[in-house]
Amino acid sequence: MNDNRFNPLALVLGFLRPLDPVLMLVLATLLGYAHVLMQSASPERLDSQITHIGIALAGMWVLAWLKPQRLLSMAVPLYLLGVVLLMAVELFGEVSKGAQRWLDVGVARIQPSELMKIAMPLMLAWFFQIREGHTRFIDFLLAGALLLAPVGLILIQPDLGTSLLVAASGLYVIYFAGLSWKLLIPLVVAVVIGLGSIVAFGDTLCQPEVDWQVLREYQKQRVCTLLDPTRDPLGKGFHIIQSTIAIGSGGLTGKGWMDGTQTHLAFLPERHTDFIFAVLAEEFGLVGALLLLAVYVLLLLRGFHIAANAPTHASRLLAGAITMIFFTYAFVNMGMVSGILPVVGVPLPFISYGGTALVTLCLGIGILMSIQRSRFVDKT
Amino acid sequence: MTEFRAPAAELARFRLRVVVAAVFVFVCFGLLAARFHHLQVKRHDYFLTRAEDNRIALLPVVPHRGTIVDRKGVVLARNYATYTIEITPSQVRDLDATLDELSSLLPLDARDRRRFRKLYEESRNFESVPLRSRLTDEEVARVVSQRYRLPGVDVKARLLRDYPQGSTASHVIGYIGRITERDVERIEEAGNAANYRGTLHMGKAGLEQSYEHELHGTTGFEQVEVNAGGRAVRALSHTPAAPGNDLELTLDIELQKVAEKAFGDRRGALVAIEPATGGVLALASMPTYDPNLFVDGISTQDWKALNDSPDHPMLHRAIYSTYPPGSTFKPFMALAGLETGKRTTKQALYDVGYFQFGGHRFMDDKIGGHGMVDLHKSIVVSCNTYYYQLANDLGIDGIAGFMAPFGFGERTGIDLPGEATGILPSPEWKRTRFKKPEQQRWYAGETISVGIGQGYNAYTPLQLANALAALVNQGRLFRPHVVKYVVDSRTGERRAVEPEPLREIPLRDAHLKAVLDAMVDVNRTGTGKRAFKGAPYTVGGKTGTAQVFSLRGQRYVEGRVRERLRDHSWFVAYAPAENPKIALAVLVENGGFGAQSAAPIARQVIDYYLLDQRAGAPAAEDEEGAESEEAAEGSGDALPASRAVEPAAPQEAPPAPVPSRPTTPPAAVPAPQPAAARNAR
Repeated sequence: MNDNRFNPLALVLGFLRPLDPVLMLVLATLLGYAHVLMQSASPERLDSQITHIGIALAGMWVLAWLKPQRLLSMAVPLYLLGVVLLMAVELFGEVSKGAQRWLDVGVARIQPSELMKIAMPLMLAWFFQIREGHTRFIDFLLAGALLLAPVGLILIQPDLGTSLLVAASGLYVIYFAGLSWKLLIPLVVAVVIGLGSIVAFGDTLCQPEVDWQVLREYQKQRVCTLLDPTRDPLGKGFHIIQSTIAIGSGGLTGKGWMDGTQTHLAFLPERHTDFIFAVLAEEFGLVGALLLLAVYVLLLLRGFHIAANAPTHASRLLAGAITMIFFTYAFVNMGMVSGILPVVGVPLPFISYGGTALVTLCLGIGILMSIQRSRFVDKT
Repeated sequence: MTEFRAPAAELARFRLRVVVAAVFVFVCFGLLAARFHHLQVKRHDYFLTRAEDNRIALLPVVPHRGTIVDRKGVVLARNYATYTIEITPSQVRDLDATLDELSSLLPLDARDRRRFRKLYEESRNFESVPLRSRLTDEEVARVVSQRYRLPGVDVKARLLRDYPQGSTASHVIGYIGRITERDVERIEEAGNAANYRGTLHMGKAGLEQSYEHELHGTTGFEQVEVNAGGRAVRALSHTPAAPGNDLELTLDIELQKVAEKAFGDRRGALVAIEPATGGVLALASMPTYDPNLFVDGISTQDWKALNDSPDHPMLHRAIYSTYPPGSTFKPFMALAGLETGKRTTKQALYDVGYFQFGGHRFMDDKIGGHGMVDLHKSIVVSCNTYYYQLANDLGIDGIAGFMAPFGFGERTGIDLPGEATGILPSPEWKRTRFKKPEQQRWYAGETISVGIGQGYNAYTPLQLANALAALVNQGRLFRPHVVKYVVDSRTGERRAVEPEPLREIPLRDAHLKAVLDAMVDVNRTGTGKRAFKGAPYTVGGKTGTAQVFSLRGQRYVEGRVRERLRDHSWFVAYAPAENPKIALAVLVENGGFGAQSAAPIARQVIDYYLLDQRAGAPAAEDEEGAESEEAAEGSGDALPASRAVEPAAPQEAPPAPVPSRPTTPPAAVPAPQPAAARNAR
């Protein structure tokens, strides 16, 4: 009635308007879970975790406000910036843990490969948007080229995990864009056979004198360690052995919050980052692990729903790809911690400690929210 | 606006792909869920055990080693607390840097470092490894104040062994030393590895070795929670260690001191036994050594000094060295004659000064002989001729058969490690001892010298003392023992080491009495009279002389023979004669005639034991020396016949002068060298 009167409630509601309630619920659950776990895994990092959450939510909110077309218009500059930065890393990057991944830009050290995780699906979604309606086979080859350039740059850093994730993000766009099943199925079969043969011939391949050509020595070690963690129980196998012990000893209902012996006696490596799932599984058991899976399923279903109902081709591709990226993070991380995938250094989405990853993921959520909102905007 | 252009078919196609992706997602998550179920439900027990193994470490709690006291409670071995600096390997990042840092705080010599390195390599991660012990208070303060800079370095109180009596009775008590790799193997073979976790030392000699299982105790365990770095975070449970049992000995350390002092700087051995129980009252082996040197690892110089000494102080002469018994064998021979019926107490023979056998003359010591000699006189004056004849009558099988039950040539079974067997010569022994057929043959001439305790005869002083104890105990032979009680240090319960009769030798009282009466007269009127002049108790005894070196037929004149080649001096004695409380055997290496150096030692020991005082020597030493020549001439002990004439020579061999033993068995030379003694075993 009093439209012109200052109404704080209306202001707050207006402020929150772009935020999708289902995604917000999922996000709140995950971040709450992360906070609870962090108190057990690494209480000294609680404050900076809050800071990271604040920055990430702010970024998400900004993207949620923007229209998808606005985001897509930034695809080319972001993509180019990302490629340039990756080349700069190759030339001037800092070495951390045996790999060049960081670029010191004065105020902060950034990981350009992280930027690529957003820029890549954006770029490809933009690309398929301009080819919309008359997408031909040649376009998929072009998209493949756009994909391979940054992936190659990340791979030579070397960072197998991130390069796989970036490659996956691009491939998801290509998949949703309609790459022929005839090509897709042989590709999937080839990958399955390749992985299967590595498992089958692991013993021979893992002999020290065998050189794997494409992969670095430490990457070879990671795969070999996965195949047989007991090869080097105190060295490379230690992570996987200790994390499976943590998960297995958790049992059905877990040892209780703050009571995980593997966690608190420091047997668990990287317990606040990549291996935080082992903390969860040790302290909250199978129940806690399945609860997390359920929340992820909710997130993914909401993502698929947004994608399926998105108004434009590009936003569909983008939403679908982002959803699948969330899935990939979650699956690869839990698979690696529970010992069915190699240790590739992928964080557990929204749970693992780490500002850059959290911001990237929340930007993804922001894009989903933006797409969800555009439904109404464009229809009216 | 794009929406309008997008054909419905394309949207449908996209939605199909979303559905496929969703199916893929569910399959993958299903895979994960199955994996979680496998780990957390199916294999939960296994992983729970693994997690517990990770988290829980057992730290050993080392028991206190039992102490050793003598029969009157005088402490012979005990523990004392000392500060040691120790390093826990799992907590040290850079060992060399830590060691360098420590050496700036306190002196660490190369030996400490070497020893530490060795222990460090053998150590388990959670157990600290000692670097140096016996820190001074100042060194402790210096290390503790800098400890924050030295992770893994700790100052701990450990118990070290101490032998307050020093070198007294060192061969009996023995010593402990650091556990070596070989010890570890032996401990593991015995299945005691768990009980020795954390234990650094174990018994290496003497009682410390033979009673290791009693002294060590039971290691306790502390269950602690450890983190991945191996640091104990909190204690979960504590099983206290059970301290080792204490030993209370039959040994009288004051008596032991009297005995050792009586030897002066002479080499030899003394064994004193309580005949009624087999308890060892004194067990001296001279010279001795200081067992304290070994406790924390003996230094190279000290070890060299002990090892290279011509006196061989490490050699346990009382139980490991063997010597021919000489004339101390005669009372046993006399008894054999009586028991077998070859002699009666009334029979006498006329000693012309030699015994003719197979074309050789076995000489008596007294030129011209002792005249009419019966059994009593044969012991009192130690007449060789009497025993040449007796040995010939008994035959070697008769001698060996009679002597064996007394424990001659057989380990006594004393509760000390490293006992020698000795040699009771017999044709059978010779067959197993030698390889060549001509050496395996037993010659009748060899029997003759065995009869006076020479020849192949070789016994430890302990065997002789124990045989004497059986003799004066109506033929009851005990297993000699040094430990009287094993005492549980917590309950104070005393477990007696029972007198263990090995056998009862059937002996006629009259025969025994005849021999023992003669032995009493040895000290009254015979070869031992000067040593026991004025003794206020009755004492039986027998002198003896063990030949070291053959003079190839020449006459033995003490002054002309180098000291190390002189005869060994024997004396066996028991007192009081009517109810013997002590039986002993004394051997003085290269001491010459038995009455001259061994008997006075026996007198001092018996005096102290029976009169509870230090007796003055009955005769001054120099006076004895002056009279020794005369004494030697007067008795058959001083000069065994083998010197004068070949006793053991095969009959084909020319009579003289040739080496006295054509095939000298190593055992027949009771040299003090360990090599020779080892051969004698």
